Amino acid sequence: MTDSSVLSGRVGDILADHRGVEGALLPVLHAVQAEFGHVPQDVVPVLAEGLGLTRAEVHGVISFYHDFREAPAGRHVLRLCRAEACQAMGADRLAEVAQERLGLDWHETSADGAVTLEPVFCLGLCACAPAAQVDGRLVGRLDEARLNALLAEVRA
Amino acid sequence: MKAYVPADAAARACGADAVVAALQAEAARRGVTLTLVRNGSRGMVWLEPLVEVETAEGRIGFGPMTAVEVAQVFDGGPLALGRVDDLPWMKAQTRLTFARCGVIDPLSVADYRALGGFAGLRRALQMTVEERLVEVTDSGLRGRGGAGFPTGIKWRTVAGAKADRKYIVCNADEGDSGTFADRMIMEGDPLSLIEGMTIAGVTVGATKGFVYLRSEYPDAIAVMTRAVQVARGAGMLGASVLGSGQAFDIEIRVGAGAYVCGEETSLLNSLEGKRGVVRAKPPLPALEGFMGKPTVVNNVISLATIPVIFERGAAAYAAHGIGRSRGTIPLQIAGNVARGGLFEAAFGMSLREIVDDLAGGTATGRPVKAVQVGGPLGAYFPREKFDVPFGYEEYAGQGGLIGHAGIVVFDDTADMLAQARFAFEFCAVESCGKCTPCRIGAVRGVETVDRIARGDADAIPLLTDLCDTMKAGSLCALGGFTPYPVMSALTHFPGDFARAKEAAE
Ligand SMILES: Cc1cc2nc3c(=O)[nH]c(=O)nc-3n(C[C@H](O)[C@H](O)[C@H](O)COP(=O)(O)O)c2cc1C
Ligand code: SF4
Ligand code: FES
Repeated sequence: MTDSSVLSGRVGDILADHRGVEGALLPVLHAVQAEFGHVPQDVVPVLAEGLGLTRAEVHGVISFYHDFREAPAGRHVLRLCRAEACQAMGADRLAEVAQERLGLDWHETSADGAVTLEPVFCLGLCACAPAAQVDGRLVGRLDEARLNALLAEVRA
Repeated sequence: MKAYVPADAAARACGADAVVAALQAEAARRGVTLTLVRNGSRGMVWLEPLVEVETAEGRIGFGPMTAVEVAQVFDGGPLALGRVDDLPWMKAQTRLTFARCGVIDPLSVADYRALGGFAGLRRALQMTVEERLVEVTDSGLRGRGGAGFPTGIKWRTVAGAKADRKYIVCNADEGDSGTFADRMIMEGDPLSLIEGMTIAGVTVGATKGFVYLRSEYPDAIAVMTRAVQVARGAGMLGASVLGSGQAFDIEIRVGAGAYVCGEETSLLNSLEGKRGVVRAKPPLPALEGFMGKPTVVNNVISLATIPVIFERGAAAYAAHGIGRSRGTIPLQIAGNVARGGLFEAAFGMSLREIVDDLAGGTATGRPVKAVQVGGPLGAYFPREKFDVPFGYEEYAGQGGLIGHAGIVVFDDTADMLAQARFAFEFCAVESCGKCTPCRIGAVRGVETVDRIARGDADAIPLLTDLCDTMKAGSLCALGGFTPYPVMSALTHFPGDFARAKEAAE
């Protein structure tokens, strides 16, 4: 756990790194999430003050974008593409398999903190669909065997 | 031995990194010195990872390569494809925008220059601003992001605006399912985009450019970030572009997973650090864009096509195409197809040629049922409409749109009612929330489709009314065009909406 002085210190560094950046909030939030794995509630006032915004504005931005998490994700994040090209190659069926095997619905994290399951709408891998992303790694031509291997990997 | 293995995200997603490791191990085992280039993709995604070996006869391809079959690269075998340039998919294209993609090392200035890089910018710098604007206008180039607005007119508006600062914003949000042209060019020939943005900057009088790049594209973000540094090193960006005395520089900005941020005004809000809510127009971004200053917002492909227009001349570009759709379009063929990938061609091809000939039908071997053109807001086309030539007006005349030229093929197992439901679901998830017909209508749409699915035929006219309301009352195309996929599914595939009553229980 990060205590609040450590947290505001790190956030202060991030803000300093972004001084002079036009419309800095998104780059700052990406940096905060890269640092802490999510955007902790406590940083909202620090960011608001540092960027001359209201807390409501900062909160509004965090909640608008799908990428920013208000709570930590699992150790692994498995994202399955749900968009049309992947649907045409059986993505819905694979999603059901993943949800069933993991016992998770979209956006849920397993009780042991191993994995978060997320939908994504297109990874640009539509010509080698269905597609998935495990943490940073992209996977194309997903089928049930490959999916099972990914599930074993993220549950370990 | 000199070999090429793409670092394109699709190639990597299909195992290119493992192929590289295996290739290096195999070369070491055989005592062969291997020079390896990580190129972009040629666009033949079904052949990825496509390994190419340089020989006296040209580049010989092997694919789709796997880590356990790399010996074939040295000994030959069933994965050998012959000269890549002779493959039918390559020979049949008109590669203008993508001429270098997959051919060169994406970050090599020498490679870039050897294949025409910088020539467009050099020529532009010798012209007056007026001549440059005429060149873009005469090329007939229209926005490849979807709306098809003439690029020359947009640039002229920004060039004519008086302001202390102006901006070039490249829309690299590419959220449409079935599209990956932006990703491919950013990963495979990023300097062409930078050169196009630079020509835009010096023409309209902007000194700063942004690339707003979606977070779902980590590889493209990495390549573009390095390419900006490379371009600075080569003098293309900086205080004096190629010694012209005019300044231009670029910053890469990463999106945060909102489809609507591909809409230009939402994108500008996002770039300013705000919620990505759509702005009412007017004011046009060309007059009041980023931070209220005149701003060119153009799609990646629009901008990456600018250098070749200046290199070869507007007339050479405009010589391709049909009607008011001039030049070439990178078709992105995806979904359930035997051969998926990117195929750059003059406007005018029919879906029949694209789907049956190029793509070779479905991957599953079943009959094609429907093709969605233009992303999640595009119409579903039945076979009866496969002869429509690929062009802006031609598609609009059929109740469709070409959008960013994504073509997603479905076989006969597709349930078009489920596709209509998904269109609403997507709109509900991605709505920016500004207008009621979009925000609430999309949720109502899901409920209405569910009623039809339960056998309630009375809900069908409600669905039609709802689509009319969304079309009329939405500020942007997310709410306004969601009716396209829905209504085309209903109109062309009524059988899928005629559900038996007993399914209700
Ligand atoms: C909901 C929505 C999403 C859009 N997404 C994109 C996108 O991802 N990329 C893009 O270039 N244009 C997108 N557009 C179109 C842009 O608003 C704008 O027309 C385009 O960036 C202008 O550039 P162009 O003239 O070069 O096409 C979208 C429009 C809407 C309504
Ligand atoms: S149509 Fe939807 S996405 Fe577009 S401005 Fe209105 S609410 Fe926002
Ligand atoms: S639709 Fe799934 S990767 Fe594009």
